[in-house]
Amino acid sequence: MGVTLPILILALPFFMFLLLGIGGVKMSRKVAGILGILGMGTTMTLAYIVAFTYFFSGDPAFILDGVRQQFQVFDVTWLAFTEKLVVKIGFLLDPICAMMLVVITTISFMVHLYSWGYMEGERGFQRYYAFLSLFTFSMLGLVVATNIFQMYIFWELVGVSSFLLIGFFYRLPSAVSASKKAFIVTRFADLGFLLGILTLTYFTDTFNFVDMTSNPMNVLAETGGATFMGASVLTWAMVLIFTGGMGKSAMLPLHIWLPDAMEGPTPVSALIHAATMVVAGVYLVARMFPVYCVVDASMTFVTVVGAITAFYAAVVACTQIDIKRVLAFSTISQIAFMMVSLGVASTGGVGDGHHYTGLGYMAGMFHLFTHAMFKALLFLGAGALIHAVHSNDYTKMGGLRKYMPITHWTFLIGCLAIAGIPPFSGFFSKDEMLAAMFNNNWIWGAWMTMVAGLTAFYMFRLYYLIFWWEENPDYAHHKPHDAPWQMSVPLIFLAAVSCVAGFIPFGELVTWNGAPYHIHLEAPVACTSIIVALAAIALATKMYMKKNDLPTKFKNALPGLWTAAHRRFYWDEIYLFITHKIIFGCISKPIAWFDRHVIDATMDGFAKVTQKVSFAIRGMQSGNVQAYVLWYFFGALALAFITWICLL
Amino acid sequence: MDLNILWYLVPSVVMFAAGVYGFVTRKNMIAMLVSLELILNSADLNFVIFNRFLFPDSMEGMVFSLFAIAIAAAETAVAIAIIINIYRAIGSTDIVETNKMKH
Amino acid sequence: MFGNILIWFVIIPVLMMAGLGLCRNSSMAAIRTVMVVGSTILLALAIWLCVDFLALRAAGNDAEMLFTGSWMWYAPLNIHLAVGVDGISVLMLMLSAIIVFAGTFASWKINPLPKNFFLWFALLSTGVFGFFISIDMFTMFMFYEVALIPMYLLIGVWGTGRKEYSAMKLTLMLMGGSAFLMLGLLGIYWHSAPEGGELTWNILEIAKNNAVDPSWQNLLFCFTFVGFGVLGAMFPFHTWSPDGHACAPTAVSMLHAGVLMKLGGYGCFRIAIYLLPAAANELAWIFIILTGISVVYGAFSACVQTDLKYINAYSSVSHCGMVLFALLMLNTTAMTGAILQMLSHGLMTALFFALIGMIYGRTHTRDIRQMGGLMQIMPYLGVCYMIAGFASLGLPGLSGFVAEMTIFFGAWEDSDLFHRVFVIAATCSIVITAVYILRVVGKLLLGKVQDEHHWQLTDATWFERLSTVTLIACIAGIGFFPNWINETIQHSFLPIVQAIQNAI
Repeated sequence: MGVTLPILILALPFFMFLLLGIGGVKMSRKVAGILGILGMGTTMTLAYIVAFTYFFSGDPAFILDGVRQQFQVFDVTWLAFTEKLVVKIGFLLDPICAMMLVVITTISFMVHLYSWGYMEGERGFQRYYAFLSLFTFSMLGLVVATNIFQMYIFWELVGVSSFLLIGFFYRLPSAVSASKKAFIVTRFADLGFLLGILTLTYFTDTFNFVDMTSNPMNVLAETGGATFMGASVLTWAMVLIFTGGMGKSAMLPLHIWLPDAMEGPTPVSALIHAATMVVAGVYLVARMFPVYCVVDASMTFVTVVGAITAFYAAVVACTQIDIKRVLAFSTISQIAFMMVSLGVASTGGVGDGHHYTGLGYMAGMFHLFTHAMFKALLFLGAGALIHAVHSNDYTKMGGLRKYMPITHWTFLIGCLAIAGIPPFSGFFSKDEMLAAMFNNNWIWGAWMTMVAGLTAFYMFRLYYLIFWWEENPDYAHHKPHDAPWQMSVPLIFLAAVSCVAGFIPFGELVTWNGAPYHIHLEAPVACTSIIVALAAIALATKMYMKKNDLPTKFKNALPGLWTAAHRRFYWDEIYLFITHKIIFGCISKPIAWFDRHVIDATMDGFAKVTQKVSFAIRGMQSGNVQAYVLWYFFGALALAFITWICLL
Repeated sequence: MDLNILWYLVPSVVMFAAGVYGFVTRKNMIAMLVSLELILNSADLNFVIFNRFLFPDSMEGMVFSLFAIAIAAAETAVAIAIIINIYRAIGSTDIVETNKMKH
Repeated sequence: MFGNILIWFVIIPVLMMAGLGLCRNSSMAAIRTVMVVGSTILLALAIWLCVDFLALRAAGNDAEMLFTGSWMWYAPLNIHLAVGVDGISVLMLMLSAIIVFAGTFASWKINPLPKNFFLWFALLSTGVFGFFISIDMFTMFMFYEVALIPMYLLIGVWGTGRKEYSAMKLTLMLMGGSAFLMLGLLGIYWHSAPEGGELTWNILEIAKNNAVDPSWQNLLFCFTFVGFGVLGAMFPFHTWSPDGHACAPTAVSMLHAGVLMKLGGYGCFRIAIYLLPAAANELAWIFIILTGISVVYGAFSACVQTDLKYINAYSSVSHCGMVLFALLMLNTTAMTGAILQMLSHGLMTALFFALIGMIYGRTHTRDIRQMGGLMQIMPYLGVCYMIAGFASLGLPGLSGFVAEMTIFFGAWEDSDLFHRVFVIAATCSIVITAVYILRVVGKLLLGKVQDEHHWQLTDATWFERLSTVTLIACIAGIGFFPNWINETIQHSFLPIVQAIQNAI
């Protein structure tokens, strides 16, 4: 494969960003929109060509003896820190990268198309498309990174695109503070990422992924068994790097920005905060997977963080009122699912049997793919609903199935997919993940099955409250209706993908080492998860299909728990306390005070003392001849006296 | 009784000290001028004394004291002229009052 | 003498002053013409020098300094007007030329007394350019003083707010630093010929002979480092910076934060570290503590300020602290990062101060509590401010990121606990920087318009656009293609790092 196509994939979105960003002011909305969509469409086509060539051409550069290879299309020097630590910008083609190219460009194209309808009439339409292009560029740069520093560079860039898009409605104070929060929280996580990179590369002397992952034992050897505070240095490095992933992927306790990020336009939530950017953390772990595998402690850390987050987010999702927040917590929970799945995987035990230990990796990536599709679908569906009723709260909805049939059916497909009902895509990927967890340890399996049940419950709670329950009387004045074609087409397309994506032979395409794995359902796991999901759906149906007072009863039965979950277990309050009271109140303010009243006052003090002394001796220069004479006389006497003493 | 140099120097010192005291303490400019003359005369006296006792063969000390007396006379004339003018301007010869020139 | 290209960097500002002298006070057009022509020539000259320099290096000329020349100035003390540049000086000259150029356009409508303003401005640039081309310590010091004195008048006359106080404070503190510096330089001079022979002020000769007696180095290092450190806003000698910047007129803030503070960092490695390497190795830890404090302290202080210029001044304390901090790591990568940070900070602070000047010129307030939603009213300035902010908080693709990363990776090379702790503290500043930058951006540009009168304000004019576009282009240029600058700087650090290595 030549370098033209890969370069174009990166260059085109960046060019579109510059074009729309700088020239956008002079363009009409229509031109900007069409340009954006065309640009993205072209990028998508190119990405498809690259991905399909990689997967299916059979070129020995890509697949050798049935094992998929990692292929660096190009790698050019960008900045040489030292002779060995050289930052390069390149394009690494391998299974997960090719898959991500497809996911990102597809969703991005759908969102571009959808936004044409959704954002119509908004101020800054051109700017919106420019930012979308910037985001797509950054995300593509992130997934094709050949080295960890390139990943860090684009990691920061997706962060800033996310900041810009969350704050798109910058006249609203809530949007501004949400975007600030998102940026600062992820920035804090990136600090960990940076320290991790510093620590890791101090030992490896290279940034390159292939060098590190092809021989992870070597990395371990290079650290020479150095330890810090009881853990090996490599563990620290990998955990710190994972901190970056926790920030971007909204793992506990760095998850607080994601629900607020829903202040951004809904298509943006679909693209960035559901399908692509938030899975960057998962992608990072997958990218460094062999290195993570050699340090068990860091893998356990990933698993535990994932398991706790998945459960936490699922519980909170059951009590939210804002439909986008429900989806946001559902995203957190699902990403945590992927994390656990990666965490339970390991590189050993290659084979096709029941104890294929790399299964978790494959399953996690599979779920990343299917989740991107159905979660984008759900968000876009939510966008259509918000577009129709002009509110984010389900309390303003209800009974919408008659008014918005397309949205209804596509949303239902999304719900079924995420709940894990066959034959929708979510079932297959979730089943593989659960199988991997049960293989590792039944505790993880059982725990995550419970989370899967909760997922089915809160999704159908949402579904029923929106489309069934009781009609909102306001519909009489303002009859909701399905969205225009630009918005319906992506919904239908993504729904179709969610129906069939489960049948993709994913194991043949993406595994941790490139060797194919044949997916087969594990009947006990599959049956359990279906039963749990169906039970949860049944419960949701009972509680929320028709208006009744069961939900209120439940709420009143456990008021403390409900309020705590509704308030997201007070994480925001804790952070507010830390930032406002401690950082601003106890550090910044005292430092600023200290600077003005101690350091500066000392400096002023020098000046004041000098001035005081000058004033004090000014009296001697009175112009009074008699005083001068007196001074002179005693001076002369003193001199005479001294001379006399000396002569003696 | 041997008239050694001290017999001449002690009156000179007394005169000098009286002049300094008068110059520093008196407020009246005329009185200050008088004190100044005392200082000058004590210096003249010293010239003469040292010339007479240390270098009896030369006359420079005598000549310089004559110069000094002449210049002191001129200086006194100038000073008196200034003081009279000040008196005309402010109606006083008090040294403290003269800082009014600043205004 | 006039055949040496470097001399022209001093001659042209002097000619500009002469030209301005000929203009009538009221003739704004003539004054502007002189300034624009002069600063354009300077910029062209800097680019020409840069290209020429790179060509010579590419042709294999590995001499430490190129374009050298030396003319006796005062024989009894062996003072020369000695010039010469390495890669770092070339970049610094480039930076100064860019900022003088941008500063000229940023003070397009200076009022009152435009002629006198530009006269002092040109004198200031004479000093700055002279400093960077000198390799004779005495002439270097002289140009340093030439650059400091006009600052007093520029702030005292054309400033805002408590201008007399600030101008006095700034001048006195910097002069205090100069006093230490002079002592240090004299000390180096008196020890420049250990085996008898003629004493010299020439940096290259002193370095070549590794002349200064180790028993004297510690004292002299403290003098010179503190002397230059005051100008580099080192804690606790930084307090002239917030007040000085807050009161200075736009172009002066730009030149001062953009270039003059760089004189401090430049002097620190060119004289303190290069000529006194043994002391640098021995005493670095003291100054690492001080500069490490600067980095974090400046950032935290910036978080609670409400005046735009104060925020930037404290952020300068933090960023310039990073420069000195990196220099003290005494390895090539970190020191290269320090120079990158100097360039980056110079450009981006100049941009910041230019924008603040433009905003202040419209709203007549710098208090962020009284402004809001300016992005709706002046989108061009708003976008520029955001870009400057992103450069400050280290967004990839802009210069700040390159500089900070080079510093961190260089600083991480020292693996003892002391260095690690301070490097981690310094890295934390990237989060705090994000906090205060986003706080300003959020309050100033985004959200609702606070003051209804602001709706009548206009966006940038053509000369303002020219000024900002120049700076943004440079910031993005470094951010996108950092490697050639990086290589140039690394090469220039070879002799200095060699001297440090030899002294261990």
